[in-house]
Amino acid sequence: MSSQPQIVIEGVSHVYRPTRGKEVTALENVSLQVGQREFLALLGPSGCGKSTLLYLLGGFLPIEKGSISVDGKPVAGPGPDRGIVFQHFALFPWKTVRANIAYGLERQGMAREQREARVQSLVDLVGLSGFEDSYPSQLSGGMKQRTALARTLAFEPAILLMDEPFGALDAQTRHLMQTELLSIWQRTPKTVIFVTHDVQEAVYLADRVAVMSARPGRIKTIVDTKFDKNSRDVFKAPHFVDKVDEIWNLVRDEAIKAQGGRGM
Amino acid sequence: MQLLLRYLPLLLLAMFWEIAARLELVSALALPSLTAVAEAWIELVKDGDLITNGAASLYRAGMGLGLSIVIGAALGIFMAWWRPLNIVLSPLVEIFYPMPKSALIPVTVIWLGFGDGSKILLIFLGCMLPVTIGAFNGARGSDRALVWSARSMGAGRLRMLWDVVVPSAMPEMLNGIRTALALSFILLVSSELIVSQKGFGYLIGFLGASGAYEGMYAVVLTVAFLGFAADRVYQMLMNRVLAWRE
Ligand SMILES: Nc1ncnc2c1ncn2[C@@H]1O[C@H](COP(=O)(O)OP(=O)(O)OP(=O)(O)O)[C@@H](O)[C@H]1O
Ligand SMILES: [Mg+2]
Repeated sequence: MSSQPQIVIEGVSHVYRPTRGKEVTALENVSLQVGQREFLALLGPSGCGKSTLLYLLGGFLPIEKGSISVDGKPVAGPGPDRGIVFQHFALFPWKTVRANIAYGLERQGMAREQREARVQSLVDLVGLSGFEDSYPSQLSGGMKQRTALARTLAFEPAILLMDEPFGALDAQTRHLMQTELLSIWQRTPKTVIFVTHDVQEAVYLADRVAVMSARPGRIKTIVDTKFDKNSRDVFKAPHFVDKVDEIWNLVRDEAIKAQGGRGM
Repeated sequence: MQLLLRYLPLLLLAMFWEIAARLELVSALALPSLTAVAEAWIELVKDGDLITNGAASLYRAGMGLGLSIVIGAALGIFMAWWRPLNIVLSPLVEIFYPMPKSALIPVTVIWLGFGDGSKILLIFLGCMLPVTIGAFNGARGSDRALVWSARSMGAGRLRMLWDVVVPSAMPEMLNGIRTALALSFILLVSSELIVSQKGFGYLIGFLGASGAYEGMYAVVLTVAFLGFAADRVYQMLMNRVLAWRE
């Protein structure tokens, strides 16, 4: 971690006020700092506000209480410095895989030839060759997810906000994508906030794992998980297994609370 | 073969018509035989009546419909995009929408006279609201995640409107336009029947009044066929534009 944290979240709360139905306090007094080039995983029971926190970071929802700043500047709306991979993909259904991936590059004004080459390399990276001209409605869940991933990686945001980006993938593809993400992250200067339900995935990918409490979401604990992930047997290494176990217990406690104490 | 089977009922109806007329089950005045109608049709094409009147009608329908699509779509999308416009306009839309637009025929004539202008205005006014409402509902239903997605990839507000809101509105808007297409035929012929010196409606009224019933039927069938063909072609185009849906 470098001297000054890139992302500073301070005392952020968020209340949803639907036009019908009652208010929901999704986040309460969340404070968190993420350093330059850090990989932070965010774990927590369903409904604890993980997506909400990413939306606030993305600048999509107004910050009503507390503050969020990126590179010292308060977040005031969306911007291509923060790329987001949405939990439900949010692909443009009227654009093909190719056109979806190209969108961010078009907005940057990248020249056509360069853009096409870049799109193709991303299509290959996420293993979608042969489906460049398919529409999202013609893809499986996992393929949509990989398209969404490629679309965000394409325009090289300095900060990656990823909302369960591998949730719809089979174990094998998931592992491939994890390794790929790690190598991208090691190659290019990127700060990553990565939401997942998979403790092993969190420990494998992240430098630190933040565990959130049941709704209203707060940061409960942050666990340091920085160690060499490149060895082949990392999943079996004792310190890896211990970390997974430690975090799993924290998450389980919160999940039980989220269920209203009915146990698991 | 499939096509034949599909339109078999129509074929049977035509045969039944021909037989009924030949056997004089109904008076030849009320229902001339289909072959007589066909002869009259060829006659009308030859002496140019059908063509000149048809061209006049298509011009009016095309202009009115074109205007209603462009202005109606823009209005609906901007209403969804900018709340104040919605607040001002939606009561107007609500009041005006269920009103039978044929009631406006005399009004448009007073405003613009007996020529093309009044027909175009009538068709424009009558066809605009289905397009507006379709575009509005479609645009309002845009998925917020898609809007966010575009914004976070560097699209400004106008760019986002064009790249996300307009395509999101497309399916419902195109359905609205289909309704407008059918309405344009109705309004065209009824306005021409009442006050006009040319057009399909005028020709139907004129031939009917002068007792040329074969010719009258020929024009009626022509209009019916054009309406049907326009709808089929439109549906084909619509399916192509919306190919991205499953
Ligand atoms: N648009 C909304 N209107 C009202 N309440 C909402 C809205 N979006 C989310 N919520 C509520 O806010 C809480 C947090 O939602 P959020 O989607 O951030 O949870 P999450 O941690 O991402 O859950 P999951 O792991 O299931 O994706 C939930 O309890 C949800 O009911
Ligand atoms: Mg979520």
